[in-house]
Amino acid sequence: MAERSESEEVKLLGMWASPFSRRIEIALTLKGVSYEFSEEDITNKSSLLLQLNPVYKMIPVLVHNGKPISESLVILEYIDETWRDNPILPQDPYEKAMARFWAKFVDEQIYVTAMKVVGKIGEERDAVVEATRDLLMFLEKELVGKDFFGGRSLGFVDIVATLVAFWLMRTEEIVGVKVVPVEKFPEIHRWVKNLLGNDVIKKCIPPEDEHLQYIRARSCVLSLGFV
Amino acid sequence: MAEEVILLDFWASMFGMRIRIALSEKRVKYDYREEDLWDKSSLLLEMNPVHKKIPVLIHNGKPVCESLIQIEYIDETWPDKNPLLPSDPYKRAHAKFWADFIDKKVNVTARRIWAAKGEEQEAAKEFIEILKTLESELGDKKYFGDETFGYVDIALIGFYSWFGVYEKFGNISIESECSKLIAWAKRCLERESVAKALPESEKVTTFVSDRRKKLGLE
Repeated sequence: MAERSESEEVKLLGMWASPFSRRIEIALTLKGVSYEFSEEDITNKSSLLLQLNPVYKMIPVLVHNGKPISESLVILEYIDETWRDNPILPQDPYEKAMARFWAKFVDEQIYVTAMKVVGKIGEERDAVVEATRDLLMFLEKELVGKDFFGGRSLGFVDIVATLVAFWLMRTEEIVGVKVVPVEKFPEIHRWVKNLLGNDVIKKCIPPEDEHLQYIRARSCVLSLGFV
Repeated sequence: MAEEVILLDFWASMFGMRIRIALSEKRVKYDYREEDLWDKSSLLLEMNPVHKKIPVLIHNGKPVCESLIQIEYIDETWPDKNPLLPSDPYKRAHAKFWADFIDKKVNVTARRIWAAKGEEQEAAKEFIEILKTLESELGDKKYFGDETFGYVDIALIGFYSWFGVYEKFGNISIESECSKLIAWAKRCLERESVAKALPESEKVTTFVSDRRKKLGLE
């Protein structure tokens, strides 16, 4: 259990189905940090959210002793530097740079490309699926010989890449395309099983049935993405 | 141990400039290698197979890619001189937020000013808005890092060498819209690391004019 100073106040403005919000919950839970969760209606944002993140007006926002931090990768690093138990990032500067690189790759390349699968049909969709698979191949290779991206235990990239495991791969049901088939991506599938063996992950990911219902409803509105 | 630092770069890249500045601030000797972006070296393709982009920092044979990640790596590997990031976690998060904002917003919009046909006016307007947001974040501070030149300053200053491009093709005056930011840029240019890293504005503008001709935009 992490140390708590006299008036440690940790609040997370988030959204139950957002991969960016859930990754913060995973990190806080891994570190044993107690926090107050505030569910935001992203179609009707609270004045608190707009005040705390005026630049992007988006969740997640972590508020620590009244001070807000936005952008999920920035928040994750802040959490790691502030609560030192169960480190998420490696200590070695090179290993750390590699972890940051892959996390950025998941968010800026895989997420952006994979988002386009929803709402496309036919040849256009095939092209996006192909592009997504090409990107996923890099992650596949990274996992060879490892239980997790972080090595023997969960780390930064694993937490960020839950986006792939529990969002991208859950949309397969809805879009009716196996974007990540096990024959092509055995390492990724093995890694997802390893994730599901972890209590913190199990506790912090959205419950599957509700999540699938939500994704189904959202993709019917032809909006982009998993959130 | 014999330290070998190589930087694969392109003279006009505002991202490459960040690394030149960071290495210079840390007094790290390095081997600068100019890449032809239209005929990339096998070393570049080998060291950055994912993105195939510069800058690539190669330290004792191991590549680090993505410029903000490189700056953090440099700060952590050579911690003795000129810290580039604050030590306080909240201040660090604040710096990382703004550097990320620069990456998300500045280049994407700025590019549309000169590289996309018919979008110059709209893009130029958006670009000024983005600069104004940054100017407001700067406030009355000497640098984005307050008294110390650091991460956010390094992330943004390279774009200054491209301001002539945006003014010319966007038909705007950045000086009249964002005079505080221009003053900040000039303060940064007083630093040797910055003065040496940034190319001449006219050279960049000539380069972009040539690119526009090749892209059929002129």
